[in-house]
Amino acid sequence: MNGFKMIWDNIGLFGEGLQNTLVLFCVSGVLAFILACFLAFLLEGTENIPRKLIRWGLDLMRMLPFLIFLYLLYYGLPNVGLRLDVWSAGFFALITYHGAYFAEILRAARTSLPAGQAEAAYAHGFINSSMYWRILLPQMVMRSGPLFGNQLVCLLKDTAFLSIITLMDLTAAASAVQAKYFVPLPPFIFVIALYWSVTLVVETLLRRLSRRAQKRGLVHE
Amino acid sequence: MNKPTPVVEVRDLHKHFGGIEVLKGINLKVERGQTVSVLGSSGSGKSTMLRCINWLEVPDGGEIYIGGDRMGVKSANEKPMSNRELAAMRARTAMVFQSFNLWPHLTVLQNVTEAPIHVMKVDRKDAHDHAVQLLEKVGLSHKHDAYPWSLSGGQRQRVAIARALAMNPEVILFDEPTSALDPELVGEVLAVMRSLAEDGFTMIIVTHEMEFARAVSNEVVFIDKGMVIERAAPEKFFTNSDSERVRQFLGRYRTTTA
Repeated sequence: MNGFKMIWDNIGLFGEGLQNTLVLFCVSGVLAFILACFLAFLLEGTENIPRKLIRWGLDLMRMLPFLIFLYLLYYGLPNVGLRLDVWSAGFFALITYHGAYFAEILRAARTSLPAGQAEAAYAHGFINSSMYWRILLPQMVMRSGPLFGNQLVCLLKDTAFLSIITLMDLTAAASAVQAKYFVPLPPFIFVIALYWSVTLVVETLLRRLSRRAQKRGLVHE
Repeated sequence: MNKPTPVVEVRDLHKHFGGIEVLKGINLKVERGQTVSVLGSSGSGKSTMLRCINWLEVPDGGEIYIGGDRMGVKSANEKPMSNRELAAMRARTAMVFQSFNLWPHLTVLQNVTEAPIHVMKVDRKDAHDHAVQLLEKVGLSHKHDAYPWSLSGGQRQRVAIARALAMNPEVILFDEPTSALDPELVGEVLAVMRSLAEDGFTMIIVTHEMEFARAVSNEVVFIDKGMVIERAAPEKFFTNSDSERVRQFLGRYRTTTA
């Protein structure tokens, strides 16, 4: 059977898969970023017990393989009486897991900011929270463009794991088509191209962020 | 008649870093409209003293008053101030740093309006108009939309001065404002500071610019090894100080610049 025809006959399935992957990716990407901004805010200040606990939590999350984390949420939690549906488990896993990585990126950017930035804010009467959101965070974000890009691509690829817990994403669509005809190459090459085009869009958006940063002398080519 | 409250009063200020005693009981009074220059060798504690005034360094002992109000500590129970109370006290002072510390993600104009709008909750329009005025005062009207990164050191420091003035502070603290500048850029910053002194702003200036201190200050304070060892009018300080240490300091300065 012709590969193109195979794809065309199942275009609705691929469309559904792409839509679900995009929803997972965009919503999780935005919420993971917001979560990370709050985590980095909570880590701001001198080391104390709550901050230590947050740091341990982040380290724990980062050493966990994503698939095992997903299994724990979807298959493990029902054992303690909490049943999540596929979408809730998927969103929760993607947001918290990648939120931890985003938070680590922001923390690294925070430590590379000169101490004078916070001092100037304090000297001009800023309280901790407005100093963080208005003075520190914008600089941390602008400096981290390439690392965010990297992490977003990882997030996009991790959405594929959700096919294992039966969510009809792009990878699940390709598997379904492959299973129908027992011809793996065309459907998988097609979805690889789709994943790739999504990363191209992500890179374009991040180039805009990086141009903002360059205009302010925060990063150099 | 009551004596007016000093704008800044420092009483018996002590500060240690690790085991090293950097400030050993500093006393200082600055009246409204005065320009006080603080001189001393590197490591004498003069910058630390300045940074204690707005609580960027927390003193180990002694008291700081801004316009008669205790800085950093609640007068009722001697407990440290909350974040919010401390910020409100700090907003009554402003600081100009050796390394400028402008906020690089904001334009020149935004650097000047940032604290008035978001700290003092001034109306945006008023903050903008005030900033335009201040940037004109420091000679940077043509740079509103530039980012700090694109400015020279002297221009950056003038923006920092406008940013400080925008707070309508009771006192401006200058921490070696010209030490990071190329020699040919020092003059433009000093000219702005001189005009502020003439306008009657209250200023405490930690500096190594002897000629400037002599020409502009009402009083010179000399700090050595964490203690104030001389306070005098500039003429007396520079020509016939009572202190042997001051004469030695000035002598060394003259031989290095002669």
